[in-house]
Amino acid sequence: MSAWLPALLAGRMIRLGWLLPLAAAGLFALISLAPIDPVQAYVGGRTSQIGPEQRDAIAAAWGLDRPAAERFASWLGQLARGDLGQSITFNAPVMQVIAARLPASMALVGLAFALSFVLGTLLGLAAGATRGRWPDRVIRTIAVVLAASPGFWVAILLVAVFAVGLGWLPACCATPPGQLASEVTPADSLRHMVLPVATLSVVGIAPLVLHTRQSLIAFLDSPAARHLSAHGASPLRLAFGPGLRHAAGVALTLHLASAGELFGGSVLAETVFAWPGLGQATVRAATGADAPLLMGIGLATLLFVFAGNLLADIAARLADPRLRRVA
Amino acid sequence: MTLKVEDLSVSFPTGPVLAGISLALERGEIVGLTGTSGAGKSLVAEALAGALPGDATRTGRITVDGALAPPHMVALAPQRLDALDPLAPVGRQIDRFARLAGRSADVPGALASVGLPATTARLYPHELSGGMARRVLLATALATGADWIVADEPTVGLDEAAAGRILSLLADLAASGRGVIVISHDLIGLARIASRVVILRQGRHVETAPAHAFDGLGSCLREDFSRALWQAQLAPDAPC
Repeated sequence: MSAWLPALLAGRMIRLGWLLPLAAAGLFALISLAPIDPVQAYVGGRTSQIGPEQRDAIAAAWGLDRPAAERFASWLGQLARGDLGQSITFNAPVMQVIAARLPASMALVGLAFALSFVLGTLLGLAAGATRGRWPDRVIRTIAVVLAASPGFWVAILLVAVFAVGLGWLPACCATPPGQLASEVTPADSLRHMVLPVATLSVVGIAPLVLHTRQSLIAFLDSPAARHLSAHGASPLRLAFGPGLRHAAGVALTLHLASAGELFGGSVLAETVFAWPGLGQATVRAATGADAPLLMGIGLATLLFVFAGNLLADIAARLADPRLRRVA
Repeated sequence: MTLKVEDLSVSFPTGPVLAGISLALERGEIVGLTGTSGAGKSLVAEALAGALPGDATRTGRITVDGALAPPHMVALAPQRLDALDPLAPVGRQIDRFARLAGRSADVPGALASVGLPATTARLYPHELSGGMARRVLLATALATGADWIVADEPTVGLDEAAAGRILSLLADLAASGRGVIVISHDLIGLARIASRVVILRQGRHVETAPAHAFDGLGSCLREDFSRALWQAQLAPDAPC
């Protein structure tokens, strides 16, 4: 490996060094300014049973009676010791909540990432190779419709058709409700993943199809492709030969760089399908003003998106040697 | 063996752009093709190599010893340096062209035949100088094993020394038994290596002149246009 990779990694680590505290401060400020009272969110419907003294006691126990700056400093001190604090919503350490829910989210996001990359790239290549003909028109129409379809609408549509209408697939959860973990078979787990993964994949497929198609067309129109055509290369051979690198490199870079959108999509998909992952925990933490958990998930998300962007940068340089000079 | 182009015409939906072009080329010979910008020189190269744009219509005959030439019999070394794939190293690109012709690639051999070291195979196009890139384009054409090569403006953008090396290389290719058509604005260079030079003007054939006609003020050239073209290259710069 050339010198570009260590240089790139070093540069990005420096960036992460100032990005993390800045993001933490921003997140804390936003959470502090949010109009939700965590004590009220905790008390919920039991307002009549819990008096002002008890409310003050809860606030004091959570450290909410202290100024925001002091709470942030205290949180930073905890973070330095590797402690992300205690989740109010789950009544458990934040680290434990994240560790318990991360695998479920990663399974969903990872499968959706792979599926949308393979499908999006292949469909984009097929559309580019048949430019102007009916396969191109059909694929483009599907991609544009998908691009214009909100994720929640696609999720509800999938549930309505495949879970409620046809009854082929479960409408919720990661396992059949009421079953013990030891009773759940791999087939059960897979069946429960189909609809959430399909929903999440749809979010990423459309831009990939359109970008891959455009990258391939740009290559097919290039003097390099015309040079190969002049010596007998067919459009299909060009598309799935040298064109593959031109198109797939861009597609992978784009896909990795959109890790944030994928994570955002997972929040939605996990909510609709009651998937026990970080997305669902995020919604519960937000509605319950669970600052420690929101901070923990926020930082975990930042690291996830940062890693996606870093991998995108590496993929771009691996695909295009001209970029390695300016790493 | 003789490659003959008879009455070659090319038209686009907007109208004809080449008409009545004829030329002949023996193996071991270099024929030059020149003319002002827009005369249709590169279009002749693309028509010979079967690389015309999709909306072009070609008429006329291209034959080898009287039989119609099969597609891709003439290998093209294009004018544009970006005809090299920016994402593939030189060796892989040469290999691609050999495979397209159904041959196994001898990358070091192809590079050696254009005067480049075998280590060039590892380089990407952006790592090549202009002269090296021109040689690699020639190597891609040679990798096909074609007996007939068209080199489109192989010396454009090069300094005098680099251009001289490319012209010597083309002369070597002809000496090894290939028929070579060299398209160039550089009439002096063409007259040095070619046996004959075909002159085009606005898509029409003006004349085919023997190399020795490009001498002095070009008095042996038949057409005024050819003489003007030759004399334009001889004219010294005006004093300041």
